[in-house]
Amino acid sequence: MWDNLLLGFATALTLQNLGYAFAGVALGTLIGVLPGIGPVATMAMLMPTVYGLDATPALIMLAGIYYGAQYGGSTTAILLNVPGEANSVVTAIDGYQMARQGKAGTALGIAALGSFFAGCVSTLVIALFSPPLVQLAFLFGAAEYFALMVLGLILAVVLASGSTLKALCMIVLGVLLGQVSTDVISGLPRFDFGRPELSDGFGFVVIAMGLFGFGEIIANLGRPAEHREVFTDRVGGLLPSREDLRQAFPAVLRGTALGSVLGVLPGNGALLASFSSYTLEKKLAADPSRFGRGAIEGVAAPESANNAGAQTSFIPMLVLGIPPNAVMALMAGAMTLKGITPGPQVMTDNPALFWGLIASMWIGNLMLVVLNLPLIGIWIRLLRIPYRWLFPAIVVFCCIGAFSINGSTFEVFMTAGFAVLGYVFHKLHCEPAPLLLGFVLGPLMEENLRRALRIAHGDWSTFVSRPLSAGLLVAAVVLLVVVMLPTIRAKRAEAFQGED
Amino acid sequence: MRPKSERDFVAGLLFMLTGGAFAWGALSYGFGSANNPGPGYFPFGLGAMLVLLGGFLVFRSLTVETDGREPIGRIAWRPLLAVVLAIAGFALGLPRLGLPLTVGLVVFGVSFASDEARWPSALALAAFLALFCSLVFVAGLGLNLPLWPAPLSAWSA
Repeated sequence: MWDNLLLGFATALTLQNLGYAFAGVALGTLIGVLPGIGPVATMAMLMPTVYGLDATPALIMLAGIYYGAQYGGSTTAILLNVPGEANSVVTAIDGYQMARQGKAGTALGIAALGSFFAGCVSTLVIALFSPPLVQLAFLFGAAEYFALMVLGLILAVVLASGSTLKALCMIVLGVLLGQVSTDVISGLPRFDFGRPELSDGFGFVVIAMGLFGFGEIIANLGRPAEHREVFTDRVGGLLPSREDLRQAFPAVLRGTALGSVLGVLPGNGALLASFSSYTLEKKLAADPSRFGRGAIEGVAAPESANNAGAQTSFIPMLVLGIPPNAVMALMAGAMTLKGITPGPQVMTDNPALFWGLIASMWIGNLMLVVLNLPLIGIWIRLLRIPYRWLFPAIVVFCCIGAFSINGSTFEVFMTAGFAVLGYVFHKLHCEPAPLLLGFVLGPLMEENLRRALRIAHGDWSTFVSRPLSAGLLVAAVVLLVVVMLPTIRAKRAEAFQGED
Repeated sequence: MRPKSERDFVAGLLFMLTGGAFAWGALSYGFGSANNPGPGYFPFGLGAMLVLLGGFLVFRSLTVETDGREPIGRIAWRPLLAVVLAIAGFALGLPRLGLPLTVGLVVFGVSFASDEARWPSALALAAFLALFCSLVFVAGLGLNLPLWPAPLSAWSA
């Protein structure tokens, strides 16, 4: 393992790659701190900045953007009580209360330090577990891949907030949108309406931008303007006191452990991690009534869990080539764009890229601490910019990004279509994240399904007669049944409460 | 019969419609057999599945009680149209007018998606972003974007 990590650090620590990691973290924080913009929208918007780079620096920079965007989101959650995405919803509960008590600095500090600790541990976890998992992945045949993706999509349904049935519909719709492309096996263009531009399918950036970026802007503008208190004047000291640390450290430890494990789950395990770690701290606390009133554990635990989960969610993407959530779908898309097919062969064929990315995860986390603690004043000033100045800038940045994918205006027009769709989903309370996941996994699923059927001479029982595949499918069915049970449904509703 | 959840009712209908369209379209691509699945095999199955799931959703929206009927609510036409027109305007403008002019026009126009917009500040923002985008994306990041307007003769292309 140490050899591998050494190779990784040798790759990541070149001046050039360090520069890209730094730029990524800075840019990610810059955009991510803007209210209402989560990591998915940030990454989609900043995608053009990596088009010109080689594969390794591009992925390193993109990972930096992701960490930066996450931390930026926590900043907004703490100071404004506006979580940019579901993951920082729990942070907002106690973080905002701390800010109101004049302890915004402490909250931001513990969020950064807790995230850094979680990032260190989970980087080690990835380095430890990836090689054996890659060996396992090589045992997978087409039937197993198909079954695993079914399990992943079902997990995404289970973990999606809101209605299970609607999430299921969104996934199937996503898989169908992925069908707009040239059939891999027969070479026949499908659902392209005679447009050659569609023979490669919709771009994932186009969909992500339209659904997450533009849809959100329209929805925000449709709401009456709120005047929120911004705690920019009395942030206070950033470094937590000894007493704060004593209270927060066990919470950070538990959050990290929970996040590292749950993050591997397909379907946004990091979200589950931040929710459940908050609940856990509340259960363990001597005085649970402190929660919701500015308990430091209420910031430390979910932030660590979220970051650890964000980190370990790289595992299924890097090891199996199966992105477990929308962010990883964007990463996988960027890899494909750079001519690398995500999957177990990346580690063996391209070890410098694989381990360089892992090392740069740690470096990205370190940069978050060294960059954001001193620069917090600048990010806070950004929060004072009124939304009416921000959104036109976001609109043109997205347009430029969409145009730069292929240097054609066709993508820009498509983005407009998905913007409308994004607003429709918002109005109908259909969560778009499962759709994006289905869209990315769809073509992979079809290919593996058809290959498995052909190998088995059209015998559908191949999926249940192979033990690994059968086990995965049984797990998927059990999950789906369990989540439909009335008692579990009530618990699930409770876990996702306060998310709206 | 009035739906008990308007949101789910409309969503279900839309899912059924989309699924049906995909399944119908897939029929023309050659279904193949389980032995040798053709290009229409997978999309047909999925389209049918979406019709089924959408049907469940519609059924549920008609039968299961909800709090206050879950209305869809007012549609924010002004921001919706402004943003969509801005994106389309960008796509139409960029190859003809070049980046700075297009950005300026789009920013100025889309500012009025918000009812808080004022003429002077929208103009200032448009000028600032036109300059900013040209410097950052073209000069800084080296993206291949036209800076100057194309001659009128090339506009129709």
